[in-house]
Amino acid sequence: MRSDATGPLLEVEDLVTRYPVPRGLMGAITGRAKLSVQAADGISFSLQSGEMLAIVGESGCGKTTTAQTVMRMIEPDEGRIRFRGRDITTLSPRQMRSLRREMQLIYQDPYESLDPRFRVRDTVEEPLIIHGEGGTKDGRDKLVREALERAGLSPPELYMDRYPHELSGGQRQRVAIAAGLVLNPSLLVADEPVSMLDVSVRAGILDLLAGLRRAGLGILMITHDLSTAAHYADRIAVMYLGRIVEIGSAKEVVRTPQHPYTRALVSVVPSRDPRTGSRPQLLKGETPNAVHIPQGCRFHPRCPESIEECPSIDPQLRPAGAVGHEAACILVGHDENLDTTGDAGAPAATGPGRT
Amino acid sequence: MSRRGPVLRVEDLHVWFDLPGGELHAVQGVGFELQAGERLGLVGESGCGKTTTILAVMGLLPPNASVAGRVYLDDRDILEGGENTVAPHRWKDVAMVFQGAMNAFNPVKRIGDQIAEPMELHGTATGRATRTRVAELFEMVGIAPERADRYPHEFSGGMRQRAAIAMALACDPQVLLADEPTTALDVMVQAQILELLVRLSEELGLAVVLVTHDLPVVAQTCGRAAVMYAGRMVEDGATADLYHDPKHPYTRLLFSATPDLYAEEYIVSIPGAPPRLDRHIEGCPFQPRCDRAFAPCPTIAPPFITVAPRHAAACHLNDVALERTQ
Repeated sequence: MRSDATGPLLEVEDLVTRYPVPRGLMGAITGRAKLSVQAADGISFSLQSGEMLAIVGESGCGKTTTAQTVMRMIEPDEGRIRFRGRDITTLSPRQMRSLRREMQLIYQDPYESLDPRFRVRDTVEEPLIIHGEGGTKDGRDKLVREALERAGLSPPELYMDRYPHELSGGQRQRVAIAAGLVLNPSLLVADEPVSMLDVSVRAGILDLLAGLRRAGLGILMITHDLSTAAHYADRIAVMYLGRIVEIGSAKEVVRTPQHPYTRALVSVVPSRDPRTGSRPQLLKGETPNAVHIPQGCRFHPRCPESIEECPSIDPQLRPAGAVGHEAACILVGHDENLDTTGDAGAPAATGPGRT
Repeated sequence: MSRRGPVLRVEDLHVWFDLPGGELHAVQGVGFELQAGERLGLVGESGCGKTTTILAVMGLLPPNASVAGRVYLDDRDILEGGENTVAPHRWKDVAMVFQGAMNAFNPVKRIGDQIAEPMELHGTATGRATRTRVAELFEMVGIAPERADRYPHEFSGGMRQRAAIAMALACDPQVLLADEPTTALDVMVQAQILELLVRLSEELGLAVVLVTHDLPVVAQTCGRAAVMYAGRMVEDGATADLYHDPKHPYTRLLFSATPDLYAEEYIVSIPGAPPRLDRHIEGCPFQPRCDRAFAPCPTIAPPFITVAPRHAAACHLNDVALERTQ
């Protein structure tokens, strides 16, 4: 494919994205301090061509913000984004426009992302018209057919003249993917691509994405579903409150999670087999509001393993176990230094730091 | 727990919707029963009729729906006299947590007052007794009772869902119908809510019908599951039997299409789509998508029959298997 042999397709470094919190009229009059939500708070990762990276986390963890910032649909406040070795963080909208064809976004809801008045052929052809690609009407027609076939809508003639309401949910998502593929991008960002679909058709869409990845596309998949990520992604990044708290090969992260948050998350994913299933390790409360991020380790108020240092030390990602596996927890990789607290893996005596 | 038999029994339930384009037969002869303290997962994909089924039990179908069949609460048919016979039991004996209930609270009324409403409506409690009962309900679902004076926006999603469950339990029902109670929640909160439902059914002897498309949720919380397809019941049995020894290809394929953190094999989608319910269906409704369809399937609808102890299914493959054993 078109990937640079020299480096990753996408590199993200210390990305920070904030949203201002509206103060309201009273807030402005009384001079209440301006607050902001740190939606992405120092995100770093890279993605190779032919690789699928899943960003997993609960709602509000900043996974969608991260994806949209990478696509420059939201402006980052800090950090760098490099696409095929080129810094795109400060490119003008005009410069981004020509780059957009190389990075395509697949939305969650195929019932909303398709224009109900557009036939399938119009939806898939539109990106070509916008970007002035494909030459003549016949040329575009050929590219539309190819994209539909790549998206698994074969033969294309069967689908081209249909309207969205004449298609099933799975077929609609395939049309959305075809519209993403028609410009032959090298990066696909899929934001919860199957969560609105019925279980029986999800595998088809995920297999399609897996096939595109094998064909050389880099795919960034945003999902809340750890099971799906474990099956389809090469690597998983787990996010909590705007940070990546753990990243590594999908198998490693799921089988030997290193961060207490990942461990808890894995334990509450229900198994389809009634006879297997781990004891769910329920965390107290819910993810706090990203306006008030806890001091020190942002997970410590809910962490079942937190120790004395946790409220004061903000842990960074560091190597844990296998190559490329990293976690942001002071209990990780520093076993010998923390001998006083006993075995690093075992729950420490001090319970959750706050009640 | 009473040993008098099922608290809820649904027999040959049919629901038709009168739509501009014609009639849609949404529920086509569904039946199941439920003991006190039992948790039944009612599973199926969108449009299979699972929500319509429980709305029919509650007598809360929209005006364009017509119903046939029998719904027994403690051996009394509550469907018989329409609204007259359902209304006295609604909320008092059988209650429901609607899909998205946690987002349906009135934003300008205190949560506690909203929970008190059904009690005052039904006269199960008045005045001070109401406040005591609200505090009791809050405690039961794991919310600090002093939070009764708060407004919905001061509650997190999980807390609002707990409040919605408290509201359904206000009149101390025997049966709780929960429609996708965890679908919009994160896994961690989902686990908390499921733990709550399990605890309530065990402590109160509450019979729970958990309506969901999520097989793993049912596998981990319900002892029994009923699988619906195209408005019909295709299989009903112990959840473990459904997973390890399914008697209907749809059940087997649905499990194979469900990703599992603990399984190695790839998930497989089911080709095709469910049939339209506004047309007559010839034979088995799943036959066009079935990987085991044979001679009788396109023409003869398989009856829903007992195929093993506490295990029923609607598939011709079981006739063949039964003949062999005879």
